[in-house]
Amino acid sequence: MAKVLMKGNEALAESAMRAGCRFFSGYPITPQSEILEYMSWRMPEYNGECIQTESEVAGINMLFGAAAAGARALTTSSGPGFSLKQEGISYLAADDIPAVIVDVMRIGSGLGDVFQGQGDYWQLTRGGGHGDYRTVVFAPAGVQENADIAYAAFDVAEKYRHPVIIASDAAIGQMAEAVELPERKEHDIGTGGWELKSRKNGEEQRHIVNVYYHMGADRYPTFLLDKYRRMTAEQQRWECLRTADAEIILVAYGISSRVCKQAVKDGRAEGLKLGLIRPITLWPFPSRAFEKSGPQVKGFLSVEMNILGQMTDDIILATGGRYPVKYYGEFANVPDAGVCVERAEAFLREIRGKI
Amino acid sequence: MTLRKPCTIKDVHTGWCQGCGHGIVVRCIAEAAEQLGVSDRIVAVMDVACGAFIESTVTYNYLGAAHGRPIIAAAGVKRVLKDDVVIAHAGDGSAYAIGIESTIHAALRNENILALVVNNCVFGMTGGQMSPTSIIGQRTTSSPSGRSAVRDGSPFDVVKTLRHFDIAYLSRGSVDSPQEVERTQSMIKKALQKQLDKEGFCLVEVLSPCPTNWGTTPLNSLKKLREEIKPLFPVGEYIDKGGQPV
Ligand code: SF4
Repeated sequence: MAKVLMKGNEALAESAMRAGCRFFSGYPITPQSEILEYMSWRMPEYNGECIQTESEVAGINMLFGAAAAGARALTTSSGPGFSLKQEGISYLAADDIPAVIVDVMRIGSGLGDVFQGQGDYWQLTRGGGHGDYRTVVFAPAGVQENADIAYAAFDVAEKYRHPVIIASDAAIGQMAEAVELPERKEHDIGTGGWELKSRKNGEEQRHIVNVYYHMGADRYPTFLLDKYRRMTAEQQRWECLRTADAEIILVAYGISSRVCKQAVKDGRAEGLKLGLIRPITLWPFPSRAFEKSGPQVKGFLSVEMNILGQMTDDIILATGGRYPVKYYGEFANVPDAGVCVERAEAFLREIRGKI
Repeated sequence: MTLRKPCTIKDVHTGWCQGCGHGIVVRCIAEAAEQLGVSDRIVAVMDVACGAFIESTVTYNYLGAAHGRPIIAAAGVKRVLKDDVVIAHAGDGSAYAIGIESTIHAALRNENILALVVNNCVFGMTGGQMSPTSIIGQRTTSSPSGRSAVRDGSPFDVVKTLRHFDIAYLSRGSVDSPQEVERTQSMIKKALQKQLDKEGFCLVEVLSPCPTNWGTTPLNSLKKLREEIKPLFPVGEYIDKGGQPV
């Protein structure tokens, strides 16, 4: 299929509908409003429902109903609005309802600002809402991956009957790139055997409530542990670049990872052996990518668009604390490849100085 | 005449206190659906708390929404299951406090669902705190000296709020006498018929006693409902659009 030029937000919206998404609820917030706008004219052409709700709380809870009824359902937001959706995400997770939620990240806490950011990492990977849950979190690094992941996310959500989150950012959402869109497919609602519908004669009653109510405190923990074990084992995704002989491995996802690819190239041109691990899933964190790190690795440098270096904890956990871990965090700006190289160089000098 | 259990009601003990009105409301829904021949098309969306005891009582399928979200979740369900009869089952705390935003906007969008609001002027399950519809002077566990208009605001009246909205149906019934129960049942039946005719949003509020949190006996609670609450929240039909499909 021919490539088309599209904004990241629009490619994601189009691709979700091609995956069979027929329900969208949204509320305007920069930098994700294009998804709502695109859905508002495009969804009727797919005979689906696009509703601009009164708030993000309403958006996620309306999606809760649509997804419970078996529709492939999507809602999207950013920062402050994504926080409002946490109530519903916790309920989706607790009730075993598959759905896809997008966070086009902006910067900062509170209102923050509309620029690209990666400061929702902790919220995304630790559950976000109340209770005992996590969700699979995908982190696309460009417009093509926005489309590919939006297409695949519904399958993952249905496989585990669990909400799936796609975490892009303002840069990816707003930039336009050439993209090859997937084929349109239809999703047959009600074929999972669990979905909400009216009860016909002779059918078993279905009540979609907290799974714990069905199972009781005896069976629920085993069920839940097994679900998370399966997701952890089966869903780790990542990309490695020149890690085999790297001394400093950069770790970056999303738009930051694209800068890091340049940094690896530039660093190596100066004789600095840099590599890159790019998590494509933030949860489960791709620990397996770190397992093969050989003795030549001197340290890991996390490159993120936040001030506190939120991903460093996960790198330390994934490497069992065997390597020094530092971070280079940018606020309001995309990280700079030149600075990445400088920081990596200084980091290496520091490590060598200590040895 | 023999009284018969509607087909969607289970023959089990319910979780409600003696004298609670919830059970009567559920029976009204079941009878209305049966009379319309749509018992096998009901999909209910429940709130939490006392209303949720319906879950063990009915045979139809349902979804348990978050507190305050049954109306908006039901709107989501109906957008997908267009041929089913979708009922959101809420209380006054759910529909008028935490969920008021969605009650208003579901009405604005004229969502084709029935919002059934059981109004007992109190938060029942959590132990009897003040709700938006608690009447002036009503002593609750969070208004021990009685609700004060100055401190707490005046009681919320859904009729005053939605009266001029472009919705299919708005009515208020009660369960304080057999006549009122029958009238409530016919309101619910009318609302369900409107949903079948795709007329849009219907809200039926039902005044219902909560003897436990009103601190009185089942019999006295009916008297209180009749003498103190009904005069403030008059029963009747307030919007009846009549055949404007959405
Ligand atoms: S507390 Fe009140 S509303 Fe709840 S079951 Fe008892 S009487 Fe009914």
